[in-house]
Amino acid sequence: MAIVFRTIWVIAYRELLRFVHDRPRMFSSFSMPIIFLIIFGAGFGRLIGQMMPGVDYIQFMYPGILAMTVLMTSVMSGVSIVWDREFGFLKEVLVSPLSRSGVLAGKAVGAATIAIIQGAIMLVLAPIVNVPINLGTVLALLPLLLILSLALSGLGLLIGARMRSQQGFQIMMQLVIFPIMFLSGIFFPVSGVATWLEVLSKLNPVTYGIDAIRQVFLGTEVAGVTVFGHTMGIVDSAIVVAMVGVVLLTTAIWAFNRQE
Amino acid sequence: MDVIEASNIVKRFGELEAVKGVSFSVKEGEIFGFLGPNGAGKTTTINILCTLLKPTAGQAKVNGHDVIKERSQVRQSIGLVFQEPSLDDYLTAEQNLRFHGYAYGVPRNVLEPRLKELLEMMELWDRRKGKINTYSGGMKRRLEIARGLLHHPRVLFLDEPTLGLDPQTRRRIWDYIHDLRKRENLAIFMTTHYMDEAENCDRIAIMDYGRTVALDTLEKLKDGVGGDVISIKTEDNEEAVRLLEGQYKFKPSIENGIISFTVYHGEEFLPKFVSGFPLRLLSIGLRRPTLEDVFLKLTGRNIREQEVDSMQQMKNMARMRRH
Repeated sequence: MAIVFRTIWVIAYRELLRFVHDRPRMFSSFSMPIIFLIIFGAGFGRLIGQMMPGVDYIQFMYPGILAMTVLMTSVMSGVSIVWDREFGFLKEVLVSPLSRSGVLAGKAVGAATIAIIQGAIMLVLAPIVNVPINLGTVLALLPLLLILSLALSGLGLLIGARMRSQQGFQIMMQLVIFPIMFLSGIFFPVSGVATWLEVLSKLNPVTYGIDAIRQVFLGTEVAGVTVFGHTMGIVDSAIVVAMVGVVLLTTAIWAFNRQE
Repeated sequence: MDVIEASNIVKRFGELEAVKGVSFSVKEGEIFGFLGPNGAGKTTTINILCTLLKPTAGQAKVNGHDVIKERSQVRQSIGLVFQEPSLDDYLTAEQNLRFHGYAYGVPRNVLEPRLKELLEMMELWDRRKGKINTYSGGMKRRLEIARGLLHHPRVLFLDEPTLGLDPQTRRRIWDYIHDLRKRENLAIFMTTHYMDEAENCDRIAIMDYGRTVALDTLEKLKDGVGGDVISIKTEDNEEAVRLLEGQYKFKPSIENGIISFTVYHGEEFLPKFVSGFPLRLLSIGLRRPTLEDVFLKLTGRNIREQEVDSMQQMKNMARMRRH
């Protein structure tokens, strides 16, 4: 057991070192969410504004954008295991006495830590877009971001555990990240849209993560996903994400152990 | 004491039998060379010894630990330098070594002095804060050797340690390896297909099509060729071959218009041969056998002749990737 913990910390430590050394990556994971926030905010703000009482569109979108930063960072960090394989570093890890399961867990912990750092930096934008923020909000956000990023890095790892080449990366980006992103209620509320869209969004676990984050910022008036007549609270949503995360991570570990 | 004992290792990838029952042992402090053309099963054997692959049958022990049942003890006792680089390009040399130290649980008070000692030995101390993507191929290889030694392994595996490096760098790497062996009483298990490099080994195993076809010291292997190598060129090579086979009872081989055969005490044989040979000789040469000759004799092929089994090799690689 001690070896699993050592593995987790060694691997997570390296992820963080890499993150610190890789400025472009740090930059790029901010650029897309911020561009979306600005462009969509300005473009749709006035059109969609009336749909939600009490908040303007940019306020509505902001919690989603925060989650999007976490989403991109976590999934990408998870998939980075493909890079490790391609550039040979994975071999160094695999011949060491480190535990295989610990390697993936360490990757997930590293990814989550990075995602939370990125998320924390995004919090600076909250006052600018008029989203109320205080210590209580931040403390409530932390566990949510942690659960969400662990679950999503599990998704990235699951894809990466099986993927052999970087070419798959681009495809993955388009087939996985974009659908997850657009079907998660980042840009519009999941109820009151076309039925198929609503159904798909409610099947997407990320929707609940984002909704929980939104509830922390804006309260239940503009948030809350209703499933079978039950409106999901923060804790309900967190449980959904956590459960999906456990499944994703264990499947990823299983796939990785079988593969290597 | 034997640090590696392999008995009857077999590895099958589906239909393909990459290793067909290989046995050998490596002593403490020995440089053991594993030779053979690409696709002969060298890398597969190494991967089994370092627990990256499970053998289909057979047994192997490294530093007294079973490679199937005691993986982590085996991993702790070996250092590895792979054919392809396995460093983290985004980190510095020092960070790569530290990661390794933490991964192998090297205590901090041991790690720092050891790290310095090895980087100095590999002449990389001044560049320790440089990122790997600024390193040359030779520097990377030296760093990987340093990394492989960081946790005081009993055996260092070098898989084609000087592949793709220039001759000067190759020589330097060999100086380090000899130095190391003296300092740490380390066994070195290496694969190569550079024949000149194999001359550094105490004992050599030659592998071909998944089997070891010879295993001995370099001198003994060369003796096995059957004396010195005589190469001649004549006006009529076909007639010469007939004569050599009939009258002289040699087994000549012909390559690029040059006939070669082996004979004991070549110096004494030459004058008699020149005066007695009925055909006109255009050229004649005498040399001690090289490993190349050993290889040719044992496998009937030149070690660099890889076209023959390039298909096989591609298959192997495709399979290796999947496993």
